[in-house]
Amino acid sequence: MTDEIDIPAILQRTAEILRPQLARNPLMIGIHTGGTWIAGYLHQMLGLKEPLGTLDISFYRDDFTRIGFNPQVRTSSLPVNIDDRHIILVDDVLHTGRTIRAAMNEIFDFGRPASIRLIVLIERDGRELPIQPDVAGASMKLERNQHVKLTRTGEDGGPETLRLSIQEVGA
Amino acid sequence: MNEGEGLQLDDEGRLRHFLTIEGLNRQTLLDILDTAESFISIGEREIKKVPLLRGKTVVNLFFEASTRTRTTFEIAAKRLSADVINFNVGISATNKGETLLDTINSLEAMHTDLFIVRHSDSGAAYLIARYLPPHVRIINAGDGRHAHPTQAMLDTFTIRRYKGDFTQLKVAIVGDILHSRVARSLIHALNILGVPEIRVIAPKTLLPTAVEKLGVHTFHDMSQGLEGVDVVVMLRLQRERMHGALIPSAQEYFNLFGLTRDKLAAAKDDVIVMHPGPMNRGLEIDSSIADGPRSVILPQVTNGIAVRMAVMALIMGGQTARNRRPV
Repeated sequence: MTDEIDIPAILQRTAEILRPQLARNPLMIGIHTGGTWIAGYLHQMLGLKEPLGTLDISFYRDDFTRIGFNPQVRTSSLPVNIDDRHIILVDDVLHTGRTIRAAMNEIFDFGRPASIRLIVLIERDGRELPIQPDVAGASMKLERNQHVKLTRTGEDGGPETLRLSIQEVGA
Repeated sequence: MNEGEGLQLDDEGRLRHFLTIEGLNRQTLLDILDTAESFISIGEREIKKVPLLRGKTVVNLFFEASTRTRTTFEIAAKRLSADVINFNVGISATNKGETLLDTINSLEAMHTDLFIVRHSDSGAAYLIARYLPPHVRIINAGDGRHAHPTQAMLDTFTIRRYKGDFTQLKVAIVGDILHSRVARSLIHALNILGVPEIRVIAPKTLLPTAVEKLGVHTFHDMSQGLEGVDVVVMLRLQRERMHGALIPSAQEYFNLFGLTRDKLAAAKDDVIVMHPGPMNRGLEIDSSIADGPRSVILPQVTNGIAVRMAVMALIMGGQTARNRRPV
């Protein structure tokens, strides 16, 4: 199922969809880890001048008191003031919507943006919150115990080094 | 006091309480340092808060005076969105006849989730940890001469921020080792993190017996002890805990063991100078050093907030899960 998904082509298409918004001077933010890769490519393709923002939403998760968190938390970095800015929020996979909920809460702790648009590579079924993407590269229907995972071979490769795989948990 | 080793870890080896550095493995200490690193940036934001401990109640239970430690714990808990109550039990309150456990009982009845305990008796935090139900967490904020584990973590965090790798360092700890829980916890932490050379420099009267068993080299002379070191940790001379004449006179102590520019010249050029505070200026450290370019005493205070946030987050994470069946 993942073989049919051409990630470089999706990124090209997404960049073209976003291009008209450049007039609003948007600020791009990726969610660790896969989202920052996708955001990095889009950021480069669109030639955005301001640095890419990154979010690690570990401190905003709603399951912290149940499962704790991984000590390998990365630092969130929004290098410019986000007040009144148009934000393009990027993640690799949209599933339950809980990650996006946490990311929006964190963004609002940095300031009050004018708007937030959600861009994802893969949108799958299983939403638990009323959150939908503005742009999704591809859609998937999966079993409850299946997860899509994005990996990258090599540190600084291009979009062709991204791989999608489907993992089964608790099978 | 090794009983704490079992008490503070759960069946899976995760931190449940934070009572002592002894018995913790290197990975646990690195997890605390790494987590603290990610909390540093929170203090630099417009809104200096994350919602991790929202709805949790934290009690600062201090049976011994402290400003810095209590304040940084309070700020740390508030930055994690916990509700914080400061409870200072002076000598007078215990004179009213209430025992330690009576005090704990009434605070536990208020549904406290985490106690941060400072007490002049070694082992007080252990007593409370053993006594309370398992879902209540305890952090030892200093017990007698025994341990001050979060201070050791903020010291090692500060060292790592300035020096990077622990495995090439020479660290000297100077002064009142005998009364110092800071020194004891720090020596354990430095050993666990792989510091190859730890020195203690003090007059014989201020060294515990068999101090070498902790894995340190002892010196009684500053110029020898500070030769080539990367880090100097000055300790406060704890005169309130001294009974009898352990030091000659303040002036003579300063002449022999006070940190001055001349004595510091023996250390490496890029040496950092630390002090847990509060400082006795002109007794263990000269003002020109305390306020000078090699001093990282104020960054230690800032780092203390991030380190205490990390310890709280790590011991409170998954707290609910251990008491409930998974959904």
